[in-house]
Amino acid sequence: MKTRILMGLLAVVIAGLIAVPWIASYFYIFILTEILILGLFAASFNLIFGYTGMLSFGHAAFFGIGSYATALVLIHLEWPFLACLLVSMGASALLALVIGFLSVRLNEVYFAMLTLAFGMMVFAIAYQWRSVTNGSDGLAGFTLGSFGLGLDLTLGNPAVYYHVVLAIVAIAAVVLYLICRSSFGMILKAIRQNPERVSFAGLNVRTYRLVAFVIAGAFAGLAGGLIAPFLRVASPELLHWSMSAEPVLMAILGGTGYFLGPFVGSAVFVLLETWITSFTESWMLVLGIILAMMVIFFRKGLLGTALDWWMEVKK
Amino acid sequence: MNNPILTIDNLTKRFGGVTAVNGINLEVMPKETIAIIGPNGAGKTTFYNMVSGRMQPTEGKIMLDGQDITGLPPHKISRLGVSRSFQINNIFPEMTVQENVEVVLSAYHGHSRKLFNLASRNTGIQQEAVEYLKRLGIDGLKDQRAEVISYGDKRLLEIAMVLATQPKLVLLDEPTAGMTPDETRRTTKLVKSLADSGDYTFLITEHDMDVVFNLADRILVMHRGEKLFAGTPEEVKNHPEVRVAYLGEEEDEVVEEANP
Repeated sequence: MKTRILMGLLAVVIAGLIAVPWIASYFYIFILTEILILGLFAASFNLIFGYTGMLSFGHAAFFGIGSYATALVLIHLEWPFLACLLVSMGASALLALVIGFLSVRLNEVYFAMLTLAFGMMVFAIAYQWRSVTNGSDGLAGFTLGSFGLGLDLTLGNPAVYYHVVLAIVAIAAVVLYLICRSSFGMILKAIRQNPERVSFAGLNVRTYRLVAFVIAGAFAGLAGGLIAPFLRVASPELLHWSMSAEPVLMAILGGTGYFLGPFVGSAVFVLLETWITSFTESWMLVLGIILAMMVIFFRKGLLGTALDWWMEVKK
Repeated sequence: MNNPILTIDNLTKRFGGVTAVNGINLEVMPKETIAIIGPNGAGKTTFYNMVSGRMQPTEGKIMLDGQDITGLPPHKISRLGVSRSFQINNIFPEMTVQENVEVVLSAYHGHSRKLFNLASRNTGIQQEAVEYLKRLGIDGLKDQRAEVISYGDKRLLEIAMVLATQPKLVLLDEPTAGMTPDETRRTTKLVKSLADSGDYTFLITEHDMDVVFNLADRILVMHRGEKLFAGTPEEVKNHPEVRVAYLGEEEDEVVEEANP
């Protein structure tokens, strides 16, 4: 019964998201587009953090590479958007394979530091390789052509682009969700709780961590491919280490133990940022206070706390 | 059938200047239950860690069914058929009891590589998991979170997980440590019936002498990393040096008993 109500609630939210362009102004369309893209970015991060138990501080590298890949393909090859996104996923997966191969052998703080270091290296390369990346200015001036698959979509229209983002993020979320609920996903959860026991069950924990890392990288790349046309630029900020903090914060804010937690975290993060920066400069201070409260009092995040409350109250 | 399942040859582990295990030789025949006893620090757990791949031996050789497994990583040794339990509980605390066994079964059957099957609809694995829980008499707890069940039940869950990989050789590291007398009796009975079923070969370390004498076909007594004595439970019971080293008797007591 309760799960049915929750499912119904989710359906209402999705229907509401689909209807937004007809009922809300462009301002909210932009905000929701950003929430969806960053939500996917955070959800991809949570596959390795919340599920597998690996705290990466370099996830923006894959997000940024995805945005650069789409921008470069649009500038030089003018391929359909869908093809750009596939290139973004491929490029990020490849980068994740290299960084992951070198990082997953380490645990906890060493893993976090190594991913941070690789993230900084990727940033430095994007910042300095001016002939390809246009340095600190980033790549701009690209235009979206067709979508692909013979669909006639005016991607330049923010409402259309919002719908495209909504559809792609929804499909990506379903794929990620299925992975989390598969036998493979079960092993990832087991690795978070007790990696040694998993290896004594006959599995090479490193391989599983690496596969999770590559999948997470690919989906972060997809999110990056979606953000470049939205921002109309692929710039080094997208792969700066401070950008790597965002999915960490969003996942914790929403709840790392729940698949939709990072999406809730992304929504709260973007909405708060928009709202608070409208009357004070010190958005980071407010965010810091909220995060501290979450970690001290609401370990399960907003979604987790809300679900617990729902299960208790409505018994 | 008459080839040993496990052959340990001159197994040695040194940590810096300390020799934890020194030149142990052992042959384990199929379907046999061997107990390794010795006081704390005798090197039993280090011995286990080497056989299960958790530690690299400094010297010596470990052969499983004629295959050299010396120094292989744990997941490879597990794949080859050695499964172990730990002295401390080593389970997946946030999962249900049944899921704990499902993880091991997924690994064993290769389902762990499936990215798009719904684990919750994997009825084959689920039924098999319940079978193993039944064998240990804890199927009534299958839907409980593993961290909330009693200490003794956790240990039984661990044995279920160990058996789920259908191992050629089962290593149990103090299976009854920390159990209440009641739980100890229950566990001993269970392991005894598993051993009597003839499906398993056991290597067991244990502190509780009643458990050891009850279960073991042969006993290896370790002392300060070395083999002190090996023999049947009867021989061990009557061996004076063993009584001094392990049963904690003073030398003169033994003398007294020997010459009343």
